[in-house]
Amino acid sequence: MAERVALGGAGPEAAAPEGPQATELSREEKLQLRKEKKQQKKKKKSEKGPLAETPELGSPSEAGQPQAAHLTSPPALADGPNDGEKPTGGKSKAELRAERRAKQEAERAQKQAKKAELSQAATAAKPRLTPTEPQSVVKRLPEHVQMDDPVAQRKLAKKLERQQVPLRQDYGTKVNLFSHLHQYSRKKPLTQQMSIPSTVIHPAVVRLGLQYSQGIINGSNARCIALLEVFKQLIRDYSTPPSEELSRDLVAKLKPHISFLNQCRPLSASMGNAIKFLKKEILCLPDTLREEEAKEKLQDTIDKYLREKILLAAEAISRSAFEKINDNDVILVYGCSSLVNRTLCDAHVKKGRAFRVIVVDSRPRLEGRETLRRLVRKGIHCTYVMINAISYVLPEVSKVLLGAHALLANGSVMSRVGTSQIALVSKAYNVPVLVCCETYKFCERVQTDSFVSNELDDPDDLIVLRKGQAQLGGWAENKSLRLLNLVYDVTPPDLVDLVITDLGMIPCTSVPVVLRVKNVDQ
Amino acid sequence: MEFQAVVMAAGGGSRMTDLTSSIPKPLLPVGNRPLLWYPLNLLERAGFEEVIVITRKEIQKMLNLDTKMKLDFVCISDNMDMGTADSLRHIHQKIKTDVLVLSCDLITDVDLYKVVDLFRTHDATLSMLMKKTHEPTEVAPGQKGKKKPVEQRDFIGVDDTGKRLLFMANEADLDEELVIKRSILQKHPRMHIRTGLMDAHLYCLKKYVVDFLVENRSITSLRSELIPHLVRKQFSSPTSLQQGLDNREEDQKKKEQTCLDIYSFIKEDNSLLKPAADNSCWNDHRGDMNETLHEGKVRCYVHIMKEGLCYRVNTLGLYIEANRQVPKLLLNLGLEEPLVHGSAQITDRGMVGSDSIIGSSTQVGEKTSIKHSIIGSMCTIKDKVKITNCVIMNSVTIEEGCCLQGSVICHNAIIEKGADIKDCLIGSDQRLETKAKHVNEVIVGTEQLMEI
Repeated sequence: MAERVALGGAGPEAAAPEGPQATELSREEKLQLRKEKKQQKKKKKSEKGPLAETPELGSPSEAGQPQAAHLTSPPALADGPNDGEKPTGGKSKAELRAERRAKQEAERAQKQAKKAELSQAATAAKPRLTPTEPQSVVKRLPEHVQMDDPVAQRKLAKKLERQQVPLRQDYGTKVNLFSHLHQYSRKKPLTQQMSIPSTVIHPAVVRLGLQYSQGIINGSNARCIALLEVFKQLIRDYSTPPSEELSRDLVAKLKPHISFLNQCRPLSASMGNAIKFLKKEILCLPDTLREEEAKEKLQDTIDKYLREKILLAAEAISRSAFEKINDNDVILVYGCSSLVNRTLCDAHVKKGRAFRVIVVDSRPRLEGRETLRRLVRKGIHCTYVMINAISYVLPEVSKVLLGAHALLANGSVMSRVGTSQIALVSKAYNVPVLVCCETYKFCERVQTDSFVSNELDDPDDLIVLRKGQAQLGGWAENKSLRLLNLVYDVTPPDLVDLVITDLGMIPCTSVPVVLRVKNVDQ
Repeated sequence: MEFQAVVMAAGGGSRMTDLTSSIPKPLLPVGNRPLLWYPLNLLERAGFEEVIVITRKEIQKMLNLDTKMKLDFVCISDNMDMGTADSLRHIHQKIKTDVLVLSCDLITDVDLYKVVDLFRTHDATLSMLMKKTHEPTEVAPGQKGKKKPVEQRDFIGVDDTGKRLLFMANEADLDEELVIKRSILQKHPRMHIRTGLMDAHLYCLKKYVVDFLVENRSITSLRSELIPHLVRKQFSSPTSLQQGLDNREEDQKKKEQTCLDIYSFIKEDNSLLKPAADNSCWNDHRGDMNETLHEGKVRCYVHIMKEGLCYRVNTLGLYIEANRQVPKLLLNLGLEEPLVHGSAQITDRGMVGSDSIIGSSTQVGEKTSIKHSIIGSMCTIKDKVKITNCVIMNSVTIEEGCCLQGSVICHNAIIEKGADIKDCLIGSDQRLETKAKHVNEVIVGTEQLMEI
């Protein structure tokens, strides 16, 4: 600490005489100054370095070392003058020897004292110094992107074992670029490893996990709504054990269920935000409430969250987006987004706008068929194309309306794979791209590419049955063939023109502002 | 709690009276274990901790199973002629959640999670297990000639995925034609109809089905009445809707009928997931404008086993077949018991085949060859006997020089020297004279013959 203060003192001292002239200094001189300061710091560090190594007394931590350096420097300096005194005056040999012996004993005593001091200082210094260490504080990576790290996997296995949740095995060889992600097979559900009347995990959660992993409930809104409903049921069926507090115990009880759902299918950003909200609500419950009241209150808050953030937000977005839909518009949509579907249906049914829709679809999910069904059922004029045809249809499109899985903190849009392609080609054709997304899906992650954090779906989905023959059916036997079934991709913010949220229509770059405001609110 | 398991062990075994007249069906030894052990073992392996067993008093007394589960025996007396549905109605107060019903004669190594997952994932009303039957290879004893089992075939209709059960009818209920309702074909244009499937009598039922059974006293059997009714109900609209529109004045009878409709028992909290389903983009069919699952509330699913063992031991032929396959099953289950029991005294180990099971305290003499057979406990088999493909129950005495082939010999029988038995069924406590020769006969006591 003292050392740093000294260095800090050296820094401004060096800069002070040039302070008043700093504004007149050119850029190169400023850079030069910075370089000099760095060199000074390096020199000082190297000076302290060797001095710190000489005492090498049982304090292994580097935290101890600066302190040790500091403490040894006065003794070193003290030794200096001592050594300097020696050659003065001609004394007799015996006297010289006696002096030397006395000095040696004094030094030994000093060293012992230093040892005691240092060990005390080291233990005292450790708790003080470690929090202020400036070096590499690596942010903890989430587990789901650390598939290829055996240490992380072992930690995960231990955690799951403690929570009595089975660990799902990966399936098939993965593409090298994505070997850090999990890849599961739909044919090997997690329930294979669980007992049949599931006792550890609540049956509603088992059912939900199965519905997630089999793809019966998909789409971030649907998953979040289902999750909240199941949480309500969990809270209803929960009873506090006698010696525990509801707020702490309920969170602990929810953790295995969340791990289970995560193993069935990685949690979406919307689900993650909902879980964070719920945990905060539970922890903030006042102690004075009885159990039934607390449970009621929690269920009410969940209902409120669902109603406000999801259902009413959808209503608000539908109304805002309606202003952007003009008569005789040709709107391009991709895949199946519940929000976009609702917007279009409302615009057509309730407000009676005349527009037509081009539905773009892609394999293997072919979700566009469901969009097509819902829109045609309401009477909207639709065209259906595959994604490889977008450059043929874009010349006649007036705007593109996309849904989002999450909006990241740097303004990127994380959505179904293929969305960034559509945005890119639309930009090339100068077609405005509008993204509809509720604010509860805003995520504090920053991603610039689709590799780091993504989801790998079952590769067997890519196997196509044509005339009774399964193309790619034997892909596992071919050692040099890998199948990749990505679920999400990231669209950079400069390809998106407008984001329609329940707070209004904002540009992509305003997402961090919304996040900051949200955090302040909470 | 998610499921309660119920094992029906009160049945009489009406299709193999020769065997079951002396020994109740749940106690028939298969691989030297009582038949009831197999479904209970299946439940134990799956992870159940408690099972309700519906049985008769005398069976419960004679049962001696080593199982870690807690068995809750419910005894029904013999004179009450109860079908399976009646038994469920009898215990309906114990049933608090969804129920898994098994029959005592089911021997299978199916992965139970496959059947249960269909039930959970699709929030189904019913989920059941079926297996492709194969023709029995050998003639069961007592069958004169190759009698083709013309007994009623089941027509099972499944959809394209092979999981959803659309149609189920037994040949006995049909006159000459198979009638399929148009509503089924409108909703599922592609249906595969199969006849070679055997129903394993393993049903996952929702709780409201049990409530429906309680009200509806006319249904006596699960297999032949309730299940086809549920399958049919998938495609018929709730009668209350029709009634309300048509008749203004409802007479008493019609009112009762509306109460008995199963839709009235389905509680509304199943639509817990309705807003989620609205927002989800999954659909079980495509090509028409309808919502997923056609918004049908009653859904029946079936898991059809392709490989593995699944037997329902309800005829003599199947009993013998099961005995033959059981050593393989026990090996797959990883049971460490050696096939030849420790306390059995066998003079010539080499003469005993590798897949034969020999029970405890059995004595086998010299030069006796035992192949593909199952021998119970406390038997005495003297020298120079040849046993092939037989099932021999407990405490049987076989004197020297006998030759037994493809037969079933029940408890306490005594076979004197030099007998030559082929494809026969020897009942309990019977005594065959020396040098008897029987081919393809059923020998039971006269008092047993009187029972029908």
